[in-house]
This record gives sequence, structure tokens and C-alpha cells, in this order.
Amino acid sequence: MGKKILLEHDHVPGIQGYEVYRNCGGYASVEKAIKTMSAEAMVEEVKKSGLRGRGGAGFPTGMKWSFLAKPEGVPRYLVCNADESEPGTFKDRYLMSRIPHILVEGMITSSFALGVNTAFIYIRGEYFYIVRILENAIKEAYANGWLGKNILGSGYDLDLYVQVGAGAYICGEETALLESLEGKRGNPRIKPPFPAIAGLYGCPTVVNNVETIASVPYIINNGGDDYAKIGIGRSAGTKLISASGHINKPGVYEIEMGITVEDFIYSEEYCGGIKNGKKLKAVVAGGSSVPVLPADKIINLPSGEKRLMTYESLSEGGFAGGTMLGSGGFIVMDETTSIVENLFTFARFYHHESCGQCSPCREGTSWMEKILHKIMDGHGTLADIDLLWEIQSKIEGNTICPLGDAAAWPVASAIRHFRHEFEAYVTNPNAVNKVRHYENMNA
Amino acid sequence: MEVKFNEEALAVAHKIIARYPEGKQKSALIPLLHLAQAEFNGWLSPETMAYVGSLLKIQAVEVYEVASFYSMFNLKPVGKCLIEVCRTSSCWLRGANEIIEHIEKKLGIKDGETTQDGMFSLKTVECLGSCGTAPMMMIGAQFHENLTYEKVDTILDSCKSEDKRKTYFDEVTVKDY
Ligand SMILES: Cc1cc2nc3c(=O)[nH]c(=O)nc-3n(C[C@H](O)[C@H](O)[C@H](O)COP(=O)(O)O)c2cc1C
Ligand code: FES
Repeated sequence: MGKKILLEHDHVPGIQGYEVYRNCGGYASVEKAIKTMSAEAMVEEVKKSGLRGRGGAGFPTGMKWSFLAKPEGVPRYLVCNADESEPGTFKDRYLMSRIPHILVEGMITSSFALGVNTAFIYIRGEYFYIVRILENAIKEAYANGWLGKNILGSGYDLDLYVQVGAGAYICGEETALLESLEGKRGNPRIKPPFPAIAGLYGCPTVVNNVETIASVPYIINNGGDDYAKIGIGRSAGTKLISASGHINKPGVYEIEMGITVEDFIYSEEYCGGIKNGKKLKAVVAGGSSVPVLPADKIINLPSGEKRLMTYESLSEGGFAGGTMLGSGGFIVMDETTSIVENLFTFARFYHHESCGQCSPCREGTSWMEKILHKIMDGHGTLADIDLLWEIQSKIEGNTICPLGDAAAWPVASAIRHFRHEFEAYVTNPNAVNKVRHYENMNA
Repeated sequence: MEVKFNEEALAVAHKIIARYPEGKQKSALIPLLHLAQAEFNGWLSPETMAYVGSLLKIQAVEVYEVASFYSMFNLKPVGKCLIEVCRTSSCWLRGANEIIEHIEKKLGIKDGETTQDGMFSLKTVECLGSCGTAPMMMIGAQFHENLTYEKVDTILDSCKSEDKRKTYFDEVTVKDY
């Protein structure tokens, strides 16, 4: 069994409530930080830990924190990104609903390190029931003196609020999130300035993912060096992986980075193999935005060695032969899956979620959905496949925020690795076997 | 019907507004729209949006601009029971298309429609973070997961007499915090 940091106490009965959480060592990091550490020393520990943002981009957290501007007399904000809308990703939901206090503790400890007096958890509107869970946890934290005025008699004040979104994937992008938190449409801002300089209400702001923030208490309690020893190299620590699709045991798994992809898919400890004894066809390893890889390429590296569950190993081979760890949304497809139809669900998603600000993304995502629909309906031509390729290549890199890239990469990788399937749809549509996944699953 | 929060809802609204720094009250807009949608039959009429605007001292058109951006805000009336079924990859891989088909047949409506009696509306939606327990649907604030045809039947039959449109207000405990 690998080391567990976030889910160590997941199976303790009552861990959702304050008492049990506290008895399991909860809130120790707040005590240690406020009573014995300076803010600078805390940022230093997070830097040493090698922790990288778990929201998808993998940016070093300590470095992000050290960029936070600290002009005199201007408030600073910490905003937790709990928008979690990347298809295939459900780890933040799992963590928040089962161990809400780990996020509350992480928010308090992180806020202290950043000199923040007001913090927000921005959560997607559909996670209604988790708002209640979080607000209960926050209420308990206030009642026990971990939040509010003069925390632990230190003179440090902190208020923490939960802010709900209302259904918009784009609000997971940090500047769109801040717009939304200001009560506006979720249109991403042009960067620079980065949020660290001008974020919420124009004030210096740190935005971090739920899992990133929840990893901070361990680092403060045990030291950055201890955390850095877990995992491999620049992939330090543990990672929550949301596993879904055609596997025997879908769910959220905390892995120590460095196990092999093969082990993750087939071992009983994790996914438990492909459902109904079928063969593996393809994997989307890090949420809908990352390139899809066929079975042999996700299991093995070009060198013939086994691919590992780390930032570096998953991206080995570049865009042509690799993928990304992304948000850790691990979607597994068996041999019966149509790559074209799966791609259609992604293309429709990105079209639906494009904020409409940039023409390449607004128009391009709409075109890609339409063309894929046409191909699926049996009216496509070979030229349509080239057109799809052309469109995705013109979106990539030409938009204000990375949603454009996220929409392009799944299309590019599907055509790159599975062009023959697209061709089958256009040359002999009647021969394409339309699988009913419901009947397949419930066979 | 005059659009105006009752006392309880108004108290909640004021509590939410008070969270934000002076001059940044517009931050309360999305939470207030959720509250309004729950209070006024599950959708945001032009009158409702104007009323929310008046609470925040902003123009109705500013409210509309925001409300029309977010998929959870309904700008047209919906049934008492809004069924939102996820149609994205992980759910599709485990039978979401067939589940949607099943609901359409059972209720005699298509995606985006409401039954004659105003009881059910069907809306297909994008990934709701329930991919590991796919296929899934959301009704009110509740997630229904690992769906089968039988499970869907039982759930929909049990919804027949309930108005699920107030769920937001009931679920969220901003009341006492
Ligand atoms: C379209 C888009 C959607 C995103 N969605 C999320 C999300 O749901 N949750 C998240 O934490 N980060 C998301 N991100 C990444 C954020 O912009 C940001 O990098 C992240 O919240 C930073 O936190 P971290 O450094 O702790 O990962 C998204 C980015 C893009 C471009
Ligand atoms: S794909 Fe349906 S909940 Fe994620």
C-alpha cells in the first residue's frame, strides 16, 4: 500500500465531523504555524516540498506563493478553486464531502502563510450538497476558535466563505473564477497582470486547487523535505486520481506518484482491470483536455519501459506520443469504444463551455462539434477529417485562456492515433458497429 | 404575483450581501440568483431579475447579462422536477445515451422539454463530477448515481408529487452562518 496523506483517515467513522477529525490530529498545522512559524518560513517549507498545483497545470505552489505582491494597506486574498468541472474529474468532490475539515484546515494554514484575512472557497453550483457540508465544517472551525478574530490569541484574524458558481466549466480557469466571484460573467482576463499582482477586486490573490490546499497541513506538520521524499523527482507527493470508464473499480484513489500506469489499471488495489474481461483500447489520463493515448502507448514508453503515473512520465513522448497528468481524471475505454463518438462528447462539451470571447475558440469548437456529428451520422468525407485537423490547429495557441488548447488537444490526438476509425466512419458508415454501452455494462 | 422575497429569504439575502467588502456587493449576485430561482418557481423571470438587481442596486440588464451566462439559471419556466442527466464521456461510456433514451420514452418528452402537466423537465448536461458512479442524473440538489432503467423508474415515480424547485434554499445552511 502506498502512503496516504489526504485520505489517510478516510475510513475513520465520523471523520466528516470536527471531533473525530481533531482526534486524528486535525488542525495541528494551524497550531504549529501560528504558534511557532513565520509566514516566510512556511512559504519556504512549501517550496522545499516540491508540491505542484493539483488543478491541472502543475505549477510549483511555493513559487506561486512567493510571487504574491504585498503592498502596504492593500488586502490580499486566498481563493480555493473547487470548481472541478473537467470531465472525468471528481476527486475534489470526494475529498470535500468526506473530509471537509482537511480543506478548512488547509485554508487557514495557507491563509496565515500568505497574510490573508479573507478567504473564499469557490465551488461549482452543482455541488450544492457539499456547500452545506463545508459550511458546517466552517461553522465548527469558528466555534472552536480556528477561524474568526484573534485566532489562538495571536492577533491573527481570518474569515472563510463558500461561494457557489452556477454551471460554467470556464469558471475553473482562475481569472474567470475571479470574475465570477466578483458577480460577473466568467470571461477569462488577459494575463498579465497575474492574480498574484491583481486578482480579486484588483488585489493580490492566490488561487489554488482543493487538493493543493489540502496537502499543505501535512507539509507544515512534517516539513517540506519529508513531503519531497514521497513520489519521484519533480513529481513529489501523492496525487488523487479519479478513475472512471470501463474498469471494475471506478473511484478516487490516492497514489504515491511513481507507480506504473499498468499497475494502476490492473491491480486490485486500484482500478481492478477492465470490466467484463474486455481488452483495453485507450486512456484519457488527466481529464478531457489531455491527449488520448492507445493502450500500448499509455502502458509503455517509447523506450519500452513502463510508463509511470508522474507528471514527467505521462508527458514523455511530447504531444505526438505522450499525454499529461492534468487534473488526474483517468478515463478508461475498452475495445468496444468508438473513439470518434467519445471525441464527439468532448467536442460538444467544449462548444457548450466556450465563453465566446475569442473567435477561434467560439467558432472553432462549434465547427468541430458539427463536423463530428456529420461524420457520426455517416455523411462525412475524407476532407472533413483534414478540416477537423486544420481547425484544431488554428485554435491552439490563439486564445486568451487555455480552454482553446484544451478543446484542440483531444481532437488532434484522436486523429493522430486513431485516424483509421475516422476513415471507417466516412468510407463505410454502415459497417460501423454502434455499441450500446448500457447493455454492454449491464450484461 | 409580486416578486419579493419573504422575510426569511430576505434575511438570508442580506447576510450574503454583508460578506463582501464595501462597494463589492455585486459579488452576491450569483448566490442571490440561486436563492431567487429557488424561491420563485425554479426559474428567473425578467421581474425576478429586476428585483434581484434592485437589492444590489444594479440594472436589470446587468443581472440578465450574468444570469444568461450560467447554465444552472433557467430563463424559462421549468417543471416541478428538473431532471438533469450527464451526457459527457465517462457517463456515455457507461450508458448515459440509453438512460436518456429511456427517460424520454417514459415521460414522452425530448431533451429540453417539459411534460404537459408541468411536472417534469428534462435537460442533458455536461459532466457533474460523478464520473466514477456513472451514469448519473441530478434532480434538485440531489445526485442519483449508478443509474439503471429500474432505478430511474423508481426515482421518477417517487418524484411525482413533489416540488423540487426549492431545494437550493433548503439545502444550503447560509441561514445560520
Ligand atoms: C478551462 C480551464 C478550466 C480549469 N478548471 C479548473 C478546475 O476546475 N479546478 C482547478 O483547480 N483548476 C482548474 N483550472 C486551472 C486553474 O486555472 C488554475 O491553474 C488552478 O486553479 C491553480 O491552482 P493549482 O496551482 O493549485 O493547481 C482550469 C483551467 C482552465 C484553462
Ligand atoms: S462524465 Fe458524467 S459525471 Fe462526469
